[in-house]
Amino acid sequence: MDYLYFPGCTLYTKAKNFDQTARDCSLLLGFQLKELPNWTCCGATFPLATDNIMALLPPSRILARAREEGTTLTTLCSVCFNVIKRTNRLIRNDGDKRDTINNFMETNYQGDLRVLHYLEILKQDVGFPRIQEKMKKPLTGLKAAPYYGCMLLRPFEEMEFDDKEKPTLFEGFLEAMGAEAIDFPYKIECCGSFQSVGSPEVATECGYKILGSAVKNGAEVVVSTCPLCTFNIDHKQADIKQKYLDFKPIPVLYFTQLLGIAMGLDYQTLGFGQNFVDPLPLLKGKGFI
Amino acid sequence: MKIELTREKVHNEFAKKVELISGQNLFACYQCGNCTAGCPVAFAMEVGPHEVIRYTLLGLEEEALAVNTFWLCASCLQCTSRCPKGIDIARVMDALRMVILRKKDRKDHIHVSEFQEGFLEKVPQIAFISGFRKFLS
Repeated sequence: MDYLYFPGCTLYTKAKNFDQTARDCSLLLGFQLKELPNWTCCGATFPLATDNIMALLPPSRILARAREEGTTLTTLCSVCFNVIKRTNRLIRNDGDKRDTINNFMETNYQGDLRVLHYLEILKQDVGFPRIQEKMKKPLTGLKAAPYYGCMLLRPFEEMEFDDKEKPTLFEGFLEAMGAEAIDFPYKIECCGSFQSVGSPEVATECGYKILGSAVKNGAEVVVSTCPLCTFNIDHKQADIKQKYLDFKPIPVLYFTQLLGIAMGLDYQTLGFGQNFVDPLPLLKGKGFI
Repeated sequence: MKIELTREKVHNEFAKKVELISGQNLFACYQCGNCTAGCPVAFAMEVGPHEVIRYTLLGLEEEALAVNTFWLCASCLQCTSRCPKGIDIARVMDALRMVILRKKDRKDHIHVSEFQEGFLEKVPQIAFISGFRKFLS
């Protein structure tokens, strides 16, 4: 089965490793990500001011174009997923806004697409037992901390992804790969998001707390689903290290990179060069590569 | 902070404006402080989100708009998700930003020209796009 796929801007530049590994893994799992033609930026924030209809247009345009191609739309980036899924729901439920948007864009989109995150495909359509069967190098003995962040989960009523305080989907996925999922209290806390532009020192603090909590609970690697989270908890480790002398760097991987390792992809195709903290010593030490 | 309440302040249109932009009923707030307790960036805020709501309800426009609280909000929706009165507090924080950014003088919160060298190359575009939408008029 093929899934219509919206990559989003960052997956074409600073998170190429996320995009490529997801495409490679999907082929091994028996489905293909079919890239949406002529996609544009999703706007990267769902507008919270109720009168800001202009900011709803980019995700609406993506949705309207995707509807011409199929009935489901998949994303990898948590922020894109959040913006597109919330806009889709708004178009479906708010007749006034739907008319305004459709009249402006000269489209007739009714909000009837199924918007899915890649992890949901793995859970619902592929199924964790099938992933377990596909393991060539199970990640036995790897203590991995699943970092959900905010955008996958909140607002809970609109995202319908998992429990708002105690999600378990990501843990199930890691366990299907043979890894030990580390539970830690900061798994649903914010990484600082766009504050890395507005108040970088605040985002540094958020990153320090999240990583510190993961390490304290025994994690050897933190697993992420979002290029913005990854920037804040991986690339910002340089700033964290500068501020906190006791801080020890910990590798942060995209979940698709781990899946790639476990399904036996050549590690040189997994784009580890784009990860800030080098995960190779850990992965070699564990005998996965 | 010393606060002076006057009849004019309490009866101004500020709270109504914030309610209109955010679409939230601020008067539902009973000041439990759950939003502030769960906020991941509250440590850097001058006053907590629940206090800004209180300022707004009292019509203290100048005081409410002078604090850094809503500029630090990362729209992570933890407060929204936990508010026992169902107020979408992230929307209230966004509305406060909008009250400032939509004024005639268009006072931006961040200035691209002040970014350090190499910053634009380092940070992913997703952070810039969402940041600019929150901080620029």
